[in-house]
Amino acid sequence: MAWNRKVLRVNLTNGTCNAEPLNMEWANDYLGSRGLGTKYLFEEIDPKVDPLSPDNKLIMATGPLTGTMASTGGRYTVITKGPLTGAIACSNSGGYFGAELKFAGWDMIIFEGKSAKPVYLYVENDKAELRDASHLWGKTCWETEDLIKESHQDPQIRIASIGRSGENQVMFACIVNDLHRAAGRSGVGAVMGSKNLKAVALRGTVGVSGIKDFAAFLKASNDAKKVLKENAVTGQGLPTYGTQVLMNVINEVGALPTRNHLDVQFEDASKISAEAMHEVRESDGKKHLLTNAACFGCTIACGRISKIDQNHFTVVNSPKYWGASGGLEYEAAWALGAANGVGDLEALQYANMLCNEDGYDPITFGATVGAVMELYEMGVLTKEQIGIEAPFGSAKALAFLAELTSRGEGFGKEVGLGSKRLCEKYGHPELSMSVKGQEFPAYDGRGIQGIGLNYATSNRGACHVRGYTVASEVLGIPVKTEPTATEGKPELVKAFQDATTIFDSAGICLFTSFAWTLADVQPQLQAACEGDWSMEKLNLVGERIWNLEREFNLAAGFTRKDDDLPPRLKNEPCKTGPAKGVVSHVEEMLPEYYKVRGWDSEGVPTAQTRTRLGL
Amino acid sequence: MNITLKLFATLTDYLPAGTKGNVAQMQLADGARLGDLLDELRLPAKLVHLVLVNGAYVAPEARTEHRLGDGDTLAIWPPVAGG
Repeated sequence: MAWNRKVLRVNLTNGTCNAEPLNMEWANDYLGSRGLGTKYLFEEIDPKVDPLSPDNKLIMATGPLTGTMASTGGRYTVITKGPLTGAIACSNSGGYFGAELKFAGWDMIIFEGKSAKPVYLYVENDKAELRDASHLWGKTCWETEDLIKESHQDPQIRIASIGRSGENQVMFACIVNDLHRAAGRSGVGAVMGSKNLKAVALRGTVGVSGIKDFAAFLKASNDAKKVLKENAVTGQGLPTYGTQVLMNVINEVGALPTRNHLDVQFEDASKISAEAMHEVRESDGKKHLLTNAACFGCTIACGRISKIDQNHFTVVNSPKYWGASGGLEYEAAWALGAANGVGDLEALQYANMLCNEDGYDPITFGATVGAVMELYEMGVLTKEQIGIEAPFGSAKALAFLAELTSRGEGFGKEVGLGSKRLCEKYGHPELSMSVKGQEFPAYDGRGIQGIGLNYATSNRGACHVRGYTVASEVLGIPVKTEPTATEGKPELVKAFQDATTIFDSAGICLFTSFAWTLADVQPQLQAACEGDWSMEKLNLVGERIWNLEREFNLAAGFTRKDDDLPPRLKNEPCKTGPAKGVVSHVEEMLPEYYKVRGWDSEGVPTAQTRTRLGL
Repeated sequence: MNITLKLFATLTDYLPAGTKGNVAQMQLADGARLGDLLDELRLPAKLVHLVLVNGAYVAPEARTEHRLGDGDTLAIWPPVAGG
């Protein structure tokens, strides 16, 4: 297979770094990255472990296509038990860090234990050592990158780090790599912080080894790149407008969660959309969007690089934010904007920069601010408690709370709990728009029924990239289905969920799936990897990975009652748009979903399913 | 009758001259068909991907004959996606 066949095991308690062979039997059964990392985690920890204890482990895993010539082959995954949810956490990131790990001659890093003092891991090909990070503790991700590169006198080092939020155990802290890319969800950065691990710095010049049939791989990856180029979405739509093009689409179909899901359409959606990022600003005569950007090996280049308005109140006295920076992407723009009723594009960019700078998930952060604003409007939270007046729509409150969360000060500590714990603390658990403790992304589960079922059953809590049925239900990829219908949705959700595990586990970007099906991935894997990688096997492995994640969560104590949506989505109908009057029918779809999955009525895989999948 | 026309992403260039942003108000004959309006706007067929009338999807095979009504909002996108 396209493996270095080498795992780096770092014991932070003992301060040791040891090489060990990659378990190729597991690689054959779980492909790589997300799937293989989950197998290692499942075998090595007790799923009931406290996520922030030294007994939890944190795995950084590449896939067989990571670092290769496959388009978008730069992805890596962080697998651990997530503090936000208590479920399996599996956060995927692009940039250049994942490929660099392969170039250094490794496939995976397993961190275990806890260091007595702050450290960072430095890897230069075979050499791996823990170094003192006392001088980095308290620094942002951006400062940490600069300081490590400076101290090694090497600008080509690739770095993944935590900011102050990871150190402060913000429950939704990220691990940020290459300044603007992140393993973003479920609080994987807090786990890293709990281990006193500040950063991982990589320098690799070995390259990728083990491609089975190089000529066949070259042909397969080139054929697949042509498909991406010729497809209107991956060849034109994403590079030109980025993910943000969805803001107006989802608003128009009445599924843009607004003001903590009280509404499903946002009157200022157009002001925070991709089209708005292309317009010339009246204030300074410049466009918000500067250019697009690509991760390692990517031939799509959906990333956004923008420049904030220097005269905006958030940055007028902070020149360090005036330069080009990552964002806005759709999920962040939604969570920081529509979810709070904030229609100020520059304020969203500012909050997004703070999320990148100090490493916390803009989805959970924004959604938690949405809950805070609702509690404020209800009179449950006051100006004195929060430190500012915080009605829906307040850009000042958004910026203020982002600053406090970055610094871990004042009410920022409360926001750092995430919406579930915060809403419980203030007596209104029903106002947390989350599943298994993780907040919804940018699609309403009432107007788009399939995505609601996907949220309820997603193994890492509410998440769109576990099974992106929006592609079918709204965008017509690969076929159009009716968003408010429930018939056929359990099957659709399962199909998307299982196929997604293959894209993630191969080490490529899920966005290729707007043009590629598994039939485009299969020849690349077959050429790169030893053994049988037929479509039949890929389908089996995809389902196996999903079920292994489910087994982890069941062993951690999750049950059927956790496969549910908040009461607001089940009881409060959409007020406007084509889904007006509609609520989520998740409870009707769930039994059929379990049946399609081969699970019993409690959501547990049957003995027959376990045997079929080799679990 | 009057309708609201919204063209997004690369289709913005096809809005009537003088339009600001993505939205234009249009006056059409009563019972006008969607297919005729698409022809009038000279939208390239391959860029007419996602067609919503009042937020509801209109399938390609139904577009030619679909009758617009007074007060309708028509929104069109080229092939786009995100996540």
